[in-house]
Amino acid sequence: MEHPYEKFLRRERIPHIWCEGCGNGIILGCFARALDELKMDLDKVVVVSGIGCIGRVSGYTNTDSYHTTHGRPIAFATGVKLANPELKVVVISGDGDLFAIGGNHFIHAARRNMDLQVICANNFIYGMTGGQHGPTTPIDARTTTTPYGNIEHTFNLVHLAAACGAVYVARWTALHVRRLTESIKKALQKEGFSFIEVVSPCPEIFGRYNKMETSIKMMQWFREVSEVRHFSDPAKADITPQKIVVGEFVDAEKPSYSRLLKEMTAKVQTQAQ
Amino acid sequence: MSDDRGKGALSGKRFMMGDVACAEGALAAGCRFFAGYPITPATEIAERMAQRLPQVGGVYIQMEDEIGSMAAIIGASYAGVKSMTATSGPGFSLMMENIGLAVMTETPCVVVNVMRAGPSTGQPTMPGQQDVMQARWGSHGDYEIIALAPSSVQEMFDLTVEAFNLAETYRVPVMVLADEIVGHMWERVNIPSAESIKVVNRRKPTASPEEYTPFRPGDNLVPPMVCFGEGYHFHATGLTHDERGRPQTESAEAQQKLVQRLCDKIRRNADKIFRVEKTMLEDAEVAVVAYGIVSRAALSAVRRARATGIKAGLFRLITLWPFPEKEVAHVARKVKAIVVPEMNCGQMVREVERAAKETPVIFLSKLGEEPHKPSEILEAIRGTQKR
Amino acid sequence: MPVRTWRKPLDAEKIKVPKGEVYIIKNRCKGCGFCIEFCPKEVLEESKEINERGIHPPKVRDEDKCALCGFCTAVCPDFAIFTVEKNCDGGC
Repeated sequence: MEHPYEKFLRRERIPHIWCEGCGNGIILGCFARALDELKMDLDKVVVVSGIGCIGRVSGYTNTDSYHTTHGRPIAFATGVKLANPELKVVVISGDGDLFAIGGNHFIHAARRNMDLQVICANNFIYGMTGGQHGPTTPIDARTTTTPYGNIEHTFNLVHLAAACGAVYVARWTALHVRRLTESIKKALQKEGFSFIEVVSPCPEIFGRYNKMETSIKMMQWFREVSEVRHFSDPAKADITPQKIVVGEFVDAEKPSYSRLLKEMTAKVQTQAQ
Repeated sequence: MSDDRGKGALSGKRFMMGDVACAEGALAAGCRFFAGYPITPATEIAERMAQRLPQVGGVYIQMEDEIGSMAAIIGASYAGVKSMTATSGPGFSLMMENIGLAVMTETPCVVVNVMRAGPSTGQPTMPGQQDVMQARWGSHGDYEIIALAPSSVQEMFDLTVEAFNLAETYRVPVMVLADEIVGHMWERVNIPSAESIKVVNRRKPTASPEEYTPFRPGDNLVPPMVCFGEGYHFHATGLTHDERGRPQTESAEAQQKLVQRLCDKIRRNADKIFRVEKTMLEDAEVAVVAYGIVSRAALSAVRRARATGIKAGLFRLITLWPFPEKEVAHVARKVKAIVVPEMNCGQMVREVERAAKETPVIFLSKLGEEPHKPSEILEAIRGTQKR
Repeated sequence: MPVRTWRKPLDAEKIKVPKGEVYIIKNRCKGCGFCIEFCPKEVLEESKEINERGIHPPKVRDEDKCALCGFCTAVCPDFAIFTVEKNCDGGC
């Protein structure tokens, strides 16, 4: 008997390289289920990822996919979407890739309301390179580059996305599998720039350095401290060890870049005649 | 600017700026996506594309930086649309990492660098030829690219068309290395009718999705290319990969095979790629090797030398990369000396020296607002006669 | 406020709780334990056998309790477990 998501995966590449208990596999599963429930035409889906553990996801989806340089999946995806608006272009990447090196591309794509869906696997750390801190590492957390505790304030990603103008902003943890799937489905059908933050366990590195040595401990932490609160103020939704506010924060309507571009181009061509 | 609204391709005799001719060349070659960032002296290319692309149903986007611009044109190319960006030195440096990505994923695209005086911010409105080595070696890792050096507004048009054709043939980023003078000067351009311009498109595979192997090369060492949305569900990555596009981060064999082929596909096809222009070289005793705007002063110097009885000739490089070593070596064997004027501290001259072997090479550096005067080159030519 | 029911719902007879069959792809399991930990009906437990990774994959403790919620399918990061509806025409 075959696993129900088998057809969304590049079979010969499974099992994937991610660690035991890593949230990336859960995100991939929720994405596959969203595609399944929406009956999306896989020929028209393009998965773009950057560098990082989650960056390997594009190698596992049975769709056209591209693995860019660090921080650039959103810029690459912009080119793809504008060149062929029929394609459904989804960016799945990590907290460092999207918000450290890639921060500028994120804020501008959100500002322009590009027709892209961006799913961020936020595991609070740079896992692929061995566990350095990043823009979402909690203050006081231990990583290889913050051996005495992190002294940097952390990014509130949903606040950033909302402030930049994203029309759909949601946050879930890897434990909220069903609601995450629903959010992904909603984002895939929504015009404009959608952002979903998935608070994801990295038990091997982040968990181990920060007293949550097993994957179950991290997931249990999510279960204890997450609070579903739809449409609360994203500015007040910082993630702390005591609370993770999850839910949808923004669900707005705004004409996307593609729509405005289409209208402008049509007008220019009509004027020319 | 002339009112070309609604016209797909321009044609006929026009009087235009080099940058504008470059943009028109791109459109004539079928470019329908431009992502860029304003930078002197290439901004006019972006502005012209912003005006013309919506007229022809293409897309212009001004990205937040040059890094994003290069990433976006790779994306557009993979989605099946011919794409281009244009920049100058500082932006060229920013683009380097993604130029490597374009090389590694064998993406056809065109990068125009209207060179200015560097390094760093330098002199934005002054010409330079200081980026020619960077074009070849700028990104990390081992690879080959193609670079063309226009020396007139007509060539800004023609060589941009050629750049797209080469990019599509060899699935490689092709650079158009203009300079601020060629970019900003106005000259007459003869634009052929659209039907008469030769346009090459990327080769498509004949295999079905089940049989297709994305990076298996054809006879010319270049794999046929599919694009997103055609049902092939393929994967492309900047990691070293095998012919199926699968990352192979631990295989020496995969690294050897892929990197060697990325170099060989240009090197082994170099004879079909390189272009030079030889003037009065058949009986020349001294050759001037030059490119870009400097080659025009060099031509004038060569003519004046001939008028005074010196057997001088001009070897103009049109392709800077791959460097036409054999041709230069051949010329070097026939002449007694070679003069290389460049607007830098010595870049292409090194390649000339390497190819010329025993033949003495005299390098003429000029840094600053104007290229070499013909009289300066003539003096160097005369200097070789005293030996 | 949590809903407390002190009598059976009127349509209790009409609602059939589905039953599930659990399939475990043992060699994909990496031993994270999510399926065992988060199954609402405690259908699974760690087995004693060892798969090719040296991990104890889960095993079904009591399949009769499985209500086809699908949580294990959704939360497994490795596509190593899934449930399929049991055909209950002949009674389960």
